[in-house]
Amino acid sequence: MSEPTETTFVKAIADTLAVAMRADERVIVLGEDVAEGGPYLATAGLSEEFGRERVRNTPISESAVCGVAIGAAQAGLRPVVEIMYIDFITLALDQLVNQAAKAYFMSGGQLSVPMVLRTQGGASGRGAAQHSQSLEAWLTHIPGLKVVMPSCAADAAGLLLSAIADPNPVVFVENKSLYFQREQAPSAPDPLPIGEAHLVRHGDDLTIVATSRMVGESLRAAEHLAQDGIEADVIDLRTLLPLDRDAISRSVGRTGRAVVAHEAVRFGGFGGELAAQIQELAFDFLLAPIQRVGAPFTPVPLSPSLEDAYRPGADQVYAAARFAIEWDQPESAPGVYSISAAGAEASAP
Amino acid sequence: MGRAVTKLDAETARRLLGTMWRIRVFEERVAQLKRTVQVHGLIHLSVGGEGVAAAVCGQLRHDDAVYSGHRGHGHAIAKGVPLTAMMAELMGRVDGLCHGLGGSMHLVDREHGFMGATGVVGGNLPLAVGDSLAARLEEGDRVAVVFFGDGAVQSGNFHESVNLAALWELPVIFVCENNGFAEFTARAEHSPVERVSDVVAPYGFARDTVDGSDVAAVSAAFGAFLEQAREHRGPFLLECLTHRRRGHYEGDQQEYRDAGAEREWELRDPLARFQTEALKRRWVGRAAAAELEAAARAAVEAAVEFGKASPLPTPELAAELVYAR
Repeated sequence: MSEPTETTFVKAIADTLAVAMRADERVIVLGEDVAEGGPYLATAGLSEEFGRERVRNTPISESAVCGVAIGAAQAGLRPVVEIMYIDFITLALDQLVNQAAKAYFMSGGQLSVPMVLRTQGGASGRGAAQHSQSLEAWLTHIPGLKVVMPSCAADAAGLLLSAIADPNPVVFVENKSLYFQREQAPSAPDPLPIGEAHLVRHGDDLTIVATSRMVGESLRAAEHLAQDGIEADVIDLRTLLPLDRDAISRSVGRTGRAVVAHEAVRFGGFGGELAAQIQELAFDFLLAPIQRVGAPFTPVPLSPSLEDAYRPGADQVYAAARFAIEWDQPESAPGVYSISAAGAEASAP
Repeated sequence: MGRAVTKLDAETARRLLGTMWRIRVFEERVAQLKRTVQVHGLIHLSVGGEGVAAAVCGQLRHDDAVYSGHRGHGHAIAKGVPLTAMMAELMGRVDGLCHGLGGSMHLVDREHGFMGATGVVGGNLPLAVGDSLAARLEEGDRVAVVFFGDGAVQSGNFHESVNLAALWELPVIFVCENNGFAEFTARAEHSPVERVSDVVAPYGFARDTVDGSDVAAVSAAFGAFLEQAREHRGPFLLECLTHRRRGHYEGDQQEYRDAGAEREWELRDPLARFQTEALKRRWVGRAAAAELEAAARAAVEAAVEFGKASPLPTPELAAELVYAR
């Protein structure tokens, strides 16, 4: 591991793409505006170093661009395609779901699709309802895809290297509100394995399982809980698919209480799968209902006050954790019929 | 069309006729097997379109990529895919091309450059463009060819793919089999543009429309495009006017059909027409033509026996093939 240097998430992405392109001529980058660096500079400097054959601007044709990446991957290249906002992955889903995810299976193992689809989601900067969503749960429902959601620059670099080397289609979901935070990361990162979660904080009273931006929020909540004398495990999933079930069951088996936290809409979100997995894996150890933290059941609103209120954060994780801790304490037991702390936030059907 | 381009020689003609017989006999046998539920899933036959498959794929090498649609048996056979593994695949057997996991709409034979059929109309168009991008970056002379029907032309993928291929000048040849029907509905009800080659006119690349029942015409038009694509120029679009002599899928009641048009197309059947022409031009003799048909029948029966003898795949196999390692 090299010496840590100061960087940002988005710079780590650009630097790692350059590392991968230097190491392997088969790696190409394509997407809207990528040769100009893109709106967040995630591909800054690449066309200057590698030229516009390998760093290709594309028309606004998400479906065909995704399909081109699939065809190029089947023919031996290692394309990294960028969908500028995850909201527009809707336009590429046919290619991603019906072609990329199934090519290896349908061909009986003859074809493989070693492509990475990079995209970014999450609400911040008042992007409103079509530039702010967190749609990753859809993708985790598709056998054949891998879904990676890094929470920091160092992980993003290591996971991106692994994603590019992976023989399967990997959807790499970044979060725009993490892009410009100053962070320490190794200057020459090693690959991080896909499918392994990371226990980022250790505590025996409660498990918080979080993804992407909610990892940082969960760590802040854990510090707050520590002031109350409650120590939480915080698990950064890093990869949603394949899911590191062992890491989750080891932790919940020890703590007996679990909060799952993501930025996506709570109803139908990946937290539902996590809750189901936890009760299957650790039912006998559970001391309280599993709590889910996520966004309310509305599109993302524009108005600053509404967007701020919409985004789940440390306060909701803290409240959900307190609820789980207090569940079986007689002096503060919430009645059988009371709604959970996180549930009170959501107005789901 | 009245095209007089016939550069075919006896050897090529014999090969094309043999390929067409293999496709025709294979598909007619598949139709029988479908009725007795020995092949599975949706089956879309290309009877009446064999001339296009034979003339196009017959000029390609194994390292040229062919992408097909849901009506892909003919393209696969013409590209050299073995009938045995193909029939076993339709039967859902473990010795099938895809170990019984894909079936008729998902045939793939990488070794022979048959990069796949697809069940999504127009779904393979951008993949062929991506394949041709890889071909160009490799700096060899291989090309990509994608077959699609006129129904795919109204999809977004068609327009996005054609635009990209033209913008990047990629060595891909779009081959449209315009059979006049998109599923059950005539082209006139899908688009006001009758000729697919006219749809791409503004892009300015070379395009052509030929009688798909005229094997020599398809051969000549495709061959001219292929020569240029080998020098990594492109893209090209070849529209072949053809006919689907059977329903959209096996079991289709075909109430939308016009009996008069059927009789007309029967006279234009590409196999009968090409065999007549080959006999007339003495490319093959009567005995040789009969031998080609007999050889096709024997090969197809051997494929059926091969398929029947092959075991069904296990659930473990399906679980293993979700992710590449």
